[in-house]
Formats: sequence, C-alpha cells, structure tokens
Amino acid sequence: MFKTATLLAGIVALGMMITAPVFAADITVIDVIIKDHKFQPDRIEVEAGKAFTLMVKNDDATPEEFESHDLNREKIINGHSSAKIRIGALEPGEYKFFGEFNEDSAQGVIVAK
Amino acid sequence: MIAALIITFREVLEAALIIGVVLAATRGIPKARYWVAVGILGGVTGAVIVAQFAGAISDSVSGFGQEIFNASVLLLAVLMLAWHNVWMSTHGKQMAAEMRNVGDEVRAGGRPLYALAIVVGLAVMREGSEIVLFLYGLAAADGGLTNAVTGGAAGLAIGIVVGAALYFGLLRIPSRYLFQVTAWLIAFLAAGMAAQAMVFLSAADLVKLGPQLWDSSSLLSQNNIPGQILHTLIGYVDRPRALQGVAYLGTLALIFGAMHFMSRRHRHTTTAASARH
Repeated sequence: MFKTATLLAGIVALGMMITAPVFAADITVIDVIIKDHKFQPDRIEVEAGKAFTLMVKNDDATPEEFESHDLNREKIINGHSSAKIRIGALEPGEYKFFGEFNEDSAQGVIVAK
Repeated sequence: MIAALIITFREVLEAALIIGVVLAATRGIPKARYWVAVGILGGVTGAVIVAQFAGAISDSVSGFGQEIFNASVLLLAVLMLAWHNVWMSTHGKQMAAEMRNVGDEVRAGGRPLYALAIVVGLAVMREGSEIVLFLYGLAAADGGLTNAVTGGAAGLAIGIVVGAALYFGLLRIPSRYLFQVTAWLIAFLAAGMAAQAMVFLSAADLVKLGPQLWDSSSLLSQNNIPGQILHTLIGYVDRPRALQGVAYLGTLALIFGAMHFMSRRHRHTTTAASARH
C-alpha cells in the first residue's frame, strides 16, 4: 500500500518533470574526430542561439569520455565508434570540453557567436 | 599512474560516500552489512556488464541510450531512497524508542534493506562501469597495465578511506538523533540524484533545463574534490538550471510530505489501537 503510493508519487513527479520532446528540424550536425587522444577540430565555431549536434567519432582503439562542465555533458564513446551529443542553443561565449580519460591531450572549445 | 589514481578516486568517491551514508543509516540493524555487501557485489558485476555493452547501450534509443540509461538508474535510486525514508518514518521512531528492549529480530522488522542494497548496487554500477572502461583503455597502452593496476588500486583505496571517514563521522552522532540525520542525508542524496537525472534527460533531448539559476563556480567549483563531495551528498551544483532546481525541491517535498503523512497516519492507528486496550 505504502509502496504503491510512493511509486505513484514518483511516476507523477517524473511525468510532471518531463515536458514534451522538442521537435526541431534541420539540426546542424558537426563532425568531430578523436585521434591519438586529441579532438579534431579542437575549436568549433557555432551560431549562438541555435541548437546543434556533435557527432563525435572515436578513431582510437580505447574508449574516451566526452565531458564538458560548461555544457553540462558527459558521454562515453567506445573505441572505433561514434556517439552523438545534442547541445542546446548557446549564449555567445566559449565552452570548453575535454576527454576525461585523456585530459592532458584531449582538449577543445566550442565558440558560439 | 597519477591520472589513473585521480580518475578512479573520483569515480569511487561518489559510490563510497553513498555506501558510508547507507551503512550509518542502517547502523545496528542485523543483516544490513550483508545487504550492503550484496549491493556492492551486484554493482561490480553490473559495472563489468555495462562496460561490456557500453556500445550497444549507447547506440540504442536513437543514439541517446546512454543518457536514458543513466537517467533511469538515477531515478530508480531516487525511488528506492524515498521508499526507505517513508518506511522509516512509520517504523523508525518506534524502533528508536524501543531500541533497548526489543530483540534484534523485531528491530529489523521487515525494514526494506533491499531498497538500500539496490541504491548501493546502482551507484557502484554507474561509477564502476566508467572505471572499467577507463582502466581498460589505459591497460591497452604500452606498459599501461602496471599503471592501470597500481593507479586504480590506489584510487580505490583513497575513495574507501573517504567513505569510511564519513561513516565513522556519522557514528559519532548520538543514536537517538542518528536516524533523523541519516533520513535528511538520504533525502538530500535522492534530491541531488533527481536533479542529475534531469541533466541526462536534457542531454537526450527529452526535457529543457530552462534558464540558469546562479553561477557559484568561482566560489566553489563542482569539479574539485570538496565540490564533488558536496555534489554527491547534498546535490550541490555550481551552475544549476531551473528544471534541476524543480527536481531537487520537488523530490525533497515529496519525500518529506510522504514521510509526514505516513507517520501521522501511523500514529493515529497506533493511538487508536492502544486506546482500545
């Protein structure tokens, strides 16, 4: 009984928190390659105020974690595979990202103009 | 080796703090350690499996599988923490009051230890799978195996020390307050996880996080060790957005609301029962 109530409360809360997905057409896709634990390109210019998708291809044999505190993103990309990372509309400015598993070399920045 | 140590430590830290809180919250409860051990073992097994299937998870749900998976794991942990607290609010006070007189079996009284074991297991699985992938990558490099093993072991050890420090710190709290303190800690853990789940849901493009509420990153960054400890324990975020705030406060309100409601109802029924005698 208590269990059901908690569960229901949780589901209702979740329902309220999830708004309908936003259907945005024509999202720009930007390709990024990880090679030898480095991002190519390591400086990406985007238009401010427009959402976009990073398609990150990891050409190394080992996994990498794409991480950005500025963009609030973390995603593991296996060796020899790709992962997409959705980034919402940005205010003008610079947003750093890095590869957590190889932080010394894997550094990059997104510049929104 | 230092990189391996730091990354392993950071990943272990979150799980270790959660285990510290859970152990303190179940202090003196028979079989609690057994359940925590089950949670850790299950979590380690889960971590290896998740790491193995990282690619498949990532590719599912049109490329947002990893985000959905992380959000689901966090929200499941939130439900388990909430359920534990609500259960404790009906039985906990009674238990604390009768602690001296009641035998161990009654004290355990069907307490949902499995809920906390699941919380521990999920935390270990989530953080552990990243460690597995990272150390695997490191070990694959030339002469990296020693690095991975020594750095990983050292990071794990330091993480455990911090978790143990939290546990022994909490044990210094007099036992009549301990349940109250751990109830708060568990509610904050849950609220922080709910807010973090929103970040993953937004990364999967399912929700909008809304405007930024504040920026305290120059004051206390979420990414240094103190910031990370606070992030795990009370859900501290240096640049939170509206939906994270809503999820955080909403979770606290739901948990404490449910605890209040249940403990009142429970009191009414017990008073009614004793009045009949």
